[in-house]
Amino acid sequence: MAEIRLRNLAHSYSRSPSGPADYAIREMDHVWEQGGAYALLGPSGCGKSTLLNIISGLLSPSHGEVQFDGKVVNALPPEQRNIAQVFQFPVVYDTMTVFDNLAFPLRNQGMNEAKVLAKVNEIAEVLELHPLLRRRASNLTADEKQKVSMGRGLVRDDVSAILFDEPLTVIDPHLKWKLRRKLKQIHEQFNITMVYVTHDQLEASTFADKIAVMYGGQIVQFGTPRELFERPSHTFVGYFIGSPGMNLIDVQPCAGGVRFNETVLPLSSALNQQVAEMPAAKLKVGIRPEFIHVWDGPNEDALCAEVVHVEDLGTYKIITLRLDGQLLKVRLQEDQVVPQQQAYLSFPAQWLMLYADDILVGPKAQGGQP
Amino acid sequence: MKVHNNKAWWLVLPVFLLVAFSAVVPMMTVVNYSVQDIFDHSTRYFVGVDWYKQVLQDTRLHESLLRQFIFSTCVLLIEIPLGIAIALCMPTKGRMASLVLIVLAIPLLIPWNVVGTIWQIFGRADIGLLGWSLNSLGISYNYAANTSDAWVTVLIMDVWHWTSLVALLCYSGLRAIPDVYYQAARIDRASDWAVFRHIQLPKLKSVLLIAVMLRFMDSFMIYTEPFVLTGGGPGNATTFLSQTLTQMAIGQFDLGPAAAFSLVYFLIILLVSWLFYTAMTHNDKTR
Repeated sequence: MAEIRLRNLAHSYSRSPSGPADYAIREMDHVWEQGGAYALLGPSGCGKSTLLNIISGLLSPSHGEVQFDGKVVNALPPEQRNIAQVFQFPVVYDTMTVFDNLAFPLRNQGMNEAKVLAKVNEIAEVLELHPLLRRRASNLTADEKQKVSMGRGLVRDDVSAILFDEPLTVIDPHLKWKLRRKLKQIHEQFNITMVYVTHDQLEASTFADKIAVMYGGQIVQFGTPRELFERPSHTFVGYFIGSPGMNLIDVQPCAGGVRFNETVLPLSSALNQQVAEMPAAKLKVGIRPEFIHVWDGPNEDALCAEVVHVEDLGTYKIITLRLDGQLLKVRLQEDQVVPQQQAYLSFPAQWLMLYADDILVGPKAQGGQP
Repeated sequence: MKVHNNKAWWLVLPVFLLVAFSAVVPMMTVVNYSVQDIFDHSTRYFVGVDWYKQVLQDTRLHESLLRQFIFSTCVLLIEIPLGIAIALCMPTKGRMASLVLIVLAIPLLIPWNVVGTIWQIFGRADIGLLGWSLNSLGISYNYAANTSDAWVTVLIMDVWHWTSLVALLCYSGLRAIPDVYYQAARIDRASDWAVFRHIQLPKLKSVLLIAVMLRFMDSFMIYTEPFVLTGGGPGNATTFLSQTLTQMAIGQFDLGPAAAFSLVYFLIILLVSWLFYTAMTHNDKTR
């Protein structure tokens, strides 16, 4: 059990990195608290797996420190870090039975056989591997093998944390859901810190209490699924989380707010002041498709937009609109009236986010890290 | 019956002819010799299994068969573990890796009778580096006169010549193991021995199967190198099956018994190879 703290951590695979582009992990500080269920979410190649391998000790970072409970562990090899890691593709020891596979990490630390038997049975119970215990691991299906891989991580009671590197990639969709539930249960049962790497937002939000979104080698936001949805602190989070992602519009400052083309969006005086302080910044406004208000008819506050396309996705509809030359997506529930040709919109002030150089302007979401 | 489908058999004909001329016809010639006593074109007698009986009772053949089994067993017991050990020690990347690969490949490129000649000279007590050095160190060594010296020299020569093949096969097998297995093993705190026993060795199985079969068959058919090195001596101490067979067929021109013996020889190799194959793939089939 441990709190994992990353301090000034950076990593480059190149021996003589010359610029930020050479870094797989750009300098970051981050804390995974003891007992949390975390997801590390991001697109392929954003540095998720690199970060995971640094935590487990398979990779040694170019800069900075990894601390477990305040103790620097940079110099410790993975076998001394009390970390379990489950990889994207199942790793089983082919010549052993399922039982011996699960017992392997325990026997390696010299546990007596009676205790090994008890632990293995306990984990086999949780993972529903009991009927397979006597089978040779080489003859299992992919998802059974992955359960064995996970089991080897879970069976050790000395682990500080379990790291999952997209563990459900090879699993059938209907089993994915079951295994994810299983992991969640195990987390609740054993109170182990778990970090779950994925590029699937649904997987991240069903598993984790808090999600760290990674982009370009940095954690751009760390928060609950709700925080990520409601107050993305980086345009990437807005775009990556949600289906469809956030509407992002390039804007210029003007009197009392910002504008694009002829449309002026008023801002609060606090925000206006902040905008005035950074004249060189590239500004964007963002609003979730769910939060754009669609009026039934013309209205004083409403902006008039042209309906371009309506996509019916069963329980909801996605409408593409053109507002003053700018395309917007709006998500309507099935009971809402679908506008024909013309739609009247307004952007509720609390859902309208302003970004300067892709970073949220205004009070940050809790735990957010620009 | 779909008669029209039989035309397809014509497509198999080229392969059939090729196999016939490369294997079946020569083999049938041998079979032909093994069941007849042939003097010339017109004078021949069918003798049935007489040659086989004679060959199977020939003590000279029994002795060389025994020597042959001991030799092949020693070859496998030395070359397979040594080859694996070398492969495990080989560097995996950089210029050293290419250098080591080239050095290991050199013995494999040398013609067999040259290998025999190299060791023949190398081991000589008067002018050979090895023989002369051993003798000046006070160790009496003479492969031409002493049976055990001759055996050791033939064995070392074979190890020198062929361990590279096992090492190179194992090296390629080791490179094919994904990194993630080693990573998982480190996470599981596996010892180096456990990594070898539970990851490397099982993953090497298919290349080891090839290595064992090749080294068994080759060593069981060894001819040129001991022939050049010791000529089968001292006495008959290093006379292996091929040499006995050659003596019988060409030296004494006993074509009938030689043909019968060739077939027995072939069947022994086939049988032992099959045993190895079955033993090594046995576990894959059990569930």
